[in-house]
Amino acid sequence: MNNIDERIPKSDVVLSKSDFVSDQMVKWCPGCGNHAILSAVTQVLPQLGYKKENYVVVSGIGCSSRFPYYVSTYGFHSIHGRAAAIASGMKIANPALSVWVNTGDGDSMAIGGNHFIHAIRRNVDMTIILFNNRIYGLTKGQFSPTTPTGSVTKTSPYGTLEAPFNPSDLVMGAQGTFFARVADNQPKHLAEVLHEAALHRGTAVVETLQNCVIFADKTHAQVTGKDVRDDNQLVLEAGKPLLFGKDKNKGIRLNGLRLEVAEIGKNGVTADDILIHNPSEPDPTLQMMIAKMSPPHFPMAVGVIRSVEAPTFDRLTEEQINEQKAKSPIRCVDDLLNSGDIIEIR
Amino acid sequence: MCIFALIKKSDMMNKNVINLNDVVIKFAGDSGDGMQLTGTLFSEAAAKSGNDLATFPDYPAEIRAPQNTVSGVSGFQVHIGKNKIHTSGDRYDVLVAMNPASLNANLKNTKRGATIITNVDAFDENALTKAGYSSNPLDDGSLESYSVIKAPVSSMTREALANSDIDLKSKDKSRNMFALGIILYLFNKTLDSTFEYLDAKFGKKPDVAKNNKLVLEAGYSYALHAEITLSTLHVAPAQLAKGKYRNVIGNVTTAWGFMAASERSGRPIFLGSYPITPATDILVELAKYKSLGVKTFQAEDEIAGICSAIGASFTGSLALTTTSGPGFSLKSEAIGLAVITELPLVIVNVQRSGPSTGMPTKSEQSDLYQALYGRNGECPCIVIAASSPSDCFYTAYEAAKLALEHMTPVILLSDGYIANGSQLFKIPSVKDLPPITPPVAQASDPEYLPYRRNPETFVRQWALPGTPGLLHRVGGLEKTDGKGAVSTDGLNHEKMVQYRNQKVQKVADFIPKQETEGDATGDLLLVSWGGTYGFVHAAAEVMREKGVKTGHAHFKHIMPLPKNTAELFGKYKRIVVCELNNGQFVNYLRAIHPQFSYEQINKVQGQPFLVEEIVEQLKK
Repeated sequence: MNNIDERIPKSDVVLSKSDFVSDQMVKWCPGCGNHAILSAVTQVLPQLGYKKENYVVVSGIGCSSRFPYYVSTYGFHSIHGRAAAIASGMKIANPALSVWVNTGDGDSMAIGGNHFIHAIRRNVDMTIILFNNRIYGLTKGQFSPTTPTGSVTKTSPYGTLEAPFNPSDLVMGAQGTFFARVADNQPKHLAEVLHEAALHRGTAVVETLQNCVIFADKTHAQVTGKDVRDDNQLVLEAGKPLLFGKDKNKGIRLNGLRLEVAEIGKNGVTADDILIHNPSEPDPTLQMMIAKMSPPHFPMAVGVIRSVEAPTFDRLTEEQINEQKAKSPIRCVDDLLNSGDIIEIR
Repeated sequence: MCIFALIKKSDMMNKNVINLNDVVIKFAGDSGDGMQLTGTLFSEAAAKSGNDLATFPDYPAEIRAPQNTVSGVSGFQVHIGKNKIHTSGDRYDVLVAMNPASLNANLKNTKRGATIITNVDAFDENALTKAGYSSNPLDDGSLESYSVIKAPVSSMTREALANSDIDLKSKDKSRNMFALGIILYLFNKTLDSTFEYLDAKFGKKPDVAKNNKLVLEAGYSYALHAEITLSTLHVAPAQLAKGKYRNVIGNVTTAWGFMAASERSGRPIFLGSYPITPATDILVELAKYKSLGVKTFQAEDEIAGICSAIGASFTGSLALTTTSGPGFSLKSEAIGLAVITELPLVIVNVQRSGPSTGMPTKSEQSDLYQALYGRNGECPCIVIAASSPSDCFYTAYEAAKLALEHMTPVILLSDGYIANGSQLFKIPSVKDLPPITPPVAQASDPEYLPYRRNPETFVRQWALPGTPGLLHRVGGLEKTDGKGAVSTDGLNHEKMVQYRNQKVQKVADFIPKQETEGDATGDLLLVSWGGTYGFVHAAAEVMREKGVKTGHAHFKHIMPLPKNTAELFGKYKRIVVCELNNGQFVNYLRAIHPQFSYEQINKVQGQPFLVEEIVEQLKK
């Protein structure tokens, strides 16, 4: 399942992280989670082994969308919400490119929600890094589609009235083939998950729990804080039980149609009762339930939640073209113009 | 028994044949009566017999509008002739009215003395009332000045299919074939091309093909034996230039023009589009030609249509997006992105009546301002307009050439009238079309900078991802001249604004001079643009016949205007700009060439001009 894209030319030389660091000054706030994500991406790109000129990084608008300036690749910093549509066009038009999208919670799920879900539905081969900081940062602190209900922001002085999106619901609702979640303050895990996403063929969405130090500081602290991480984070691994806690003695089991936390050794709970993580299960029901877990009653799942094989739109497009090229009598425009009902004047 | 066997060649010879130069025929019925198909098949038969022609389908937006109502009438107008045909015609010589509503809707545009073929079976009390008649016009003498043929189309269709075991509803669906049979007889056309069509269309359902043929023959035979008319009509073959022709609509030739440009430039087509009336058929046509490597992407919305095309353009495709007015509005922001990133892109707007949803199936030229000005910032685009179904091919080709060679978006304005109307299109050879040479940057060019420009054209190079040594970034933020870093420097911004503007203005050096038809100097210059060509051309002819020294300047290139525009305007005493809007081109001309005094003739009824309307207005 985890394959490199054989349509993308391989680099003749071994590339390193420094090959992908651009000469531009990085203008994110000190302490912003974006720095860690940038570092992880420049670490992963050379590991994939493609030629440097075959990477394209695309973004929309927002703090995270400055990303293309900071990686030394072909880049496109586009308009608000449209990166997924632009990236779709790139990969379909030229499948020999490794296409990366950087997008924020507002960019992908508010103004660009339609492009986001439809790119996922088509399964166009690209990696979408979703920087979820639960706030509009670049416009200085308005609530976003992932801001928790009741949050006081510049545009919700008395608290927000709306329910937030859980990005996993959109991805899986749109029949996504890959969804992962990872915290911005765990660089090793971040790079591992991004690497796995890049090796997924299809639309891979990685939600990064990204901290905005200025407008939503510690918004993910309940999950990512070092002091609470053991109890509030469940690090997923394919084929392994859903265990968490400092001593890995707590786990997730199914009770009827609901998940529940169970402590091994208490009330007759044994290791066999704990669910085993299967990200490649085509039916997303259990993966959706796992993705929706959050404190205080559950830990939040991080790592690869869903990764299933399915044909990609760009490859199907190519196949259809090759099929028609092999069987259609129309091989050039002159053939086309001279087909059909012709009236000849002599 | 095959009815067709009864039609002997000698029968046809005995008829009086009246020779005509040209005829306008209108097929009208309920939407769902198959009038579009009937008209198309008649056009094919006329084309096959060598007539020149122009067609104009005029139908309601509803797929099956309420039966027997005037608003539900679907029409198809065909103008055939032995001379060059420029318009679909003003008024009808023959009207086929399948029900009272279609008679009521079309009588005002039917010539006195015209032949009206009615389906007498459909003129029952209920249908008459719904159509707004208090008495039956077939009996009350109100049609005395016309030659009315009362054909029992419904009952004879059922009779022709008496031995078929299909249900009554299916039998009734073939009524249009009966009407077509009558018309083909009346115009001395053979049934061959229609038979061929039916065989091709219903190849997998031979019973359906057979039933339709039976009804077609029945209509033909009825016309012959019932002596519905004392004479048949003959329009001699047109003196067309030697060559091969096809009868095609503008949306199809638009698609072909793009495919020719793709082949000639070596850049593969990527079309990102969202279905919208009346532009959808360009997407439909391009989607067929995967064998030519065409990639069509039916996007989730209009914005994704253009944005996916911009992505494809960045990676080296001939990028296209097709739409109509409301969709064009949605694409505005992304057009700005293509302007500032200086990427090649063709945006086709097949105009329809607006604002908002307006009248989706009716034609208009009211999006010119939007094409010229409808974006934020200083945001110039090349704007060109197609003048006829055939010209759509060449305009699409040129739009692609200009976009690819000048690295900037081109807006191609078509309209519902030429997009759905057909004309005989002389098939060109791709090798005879002008070459297209986009400025693709060479690998590892040490001189390469994203915004280094050709000093004469101000065009930047196209550096395609996958090419070593040309890594760069583009985007919606203003960039520094040359190097292309993000910049908020005011002087740099002004310089870049002027570059982008001059780049579009410089296109005037690469387009042909504006030509005039008719008198090269004189009393009157008729000015038009886009899909009104034929009507204004014909009006200019009428004025010359009246002794007025008249020229006609029809503009394809709108932004920039041809360089000789002012020189040409100076040769006439009076300039009248004719367009299907409130005066958008005339005001543009007033802004650019204010030294002239312009008069204007405008119409915003969702219908093409009538030649006589223009002539009438010119008298004022």
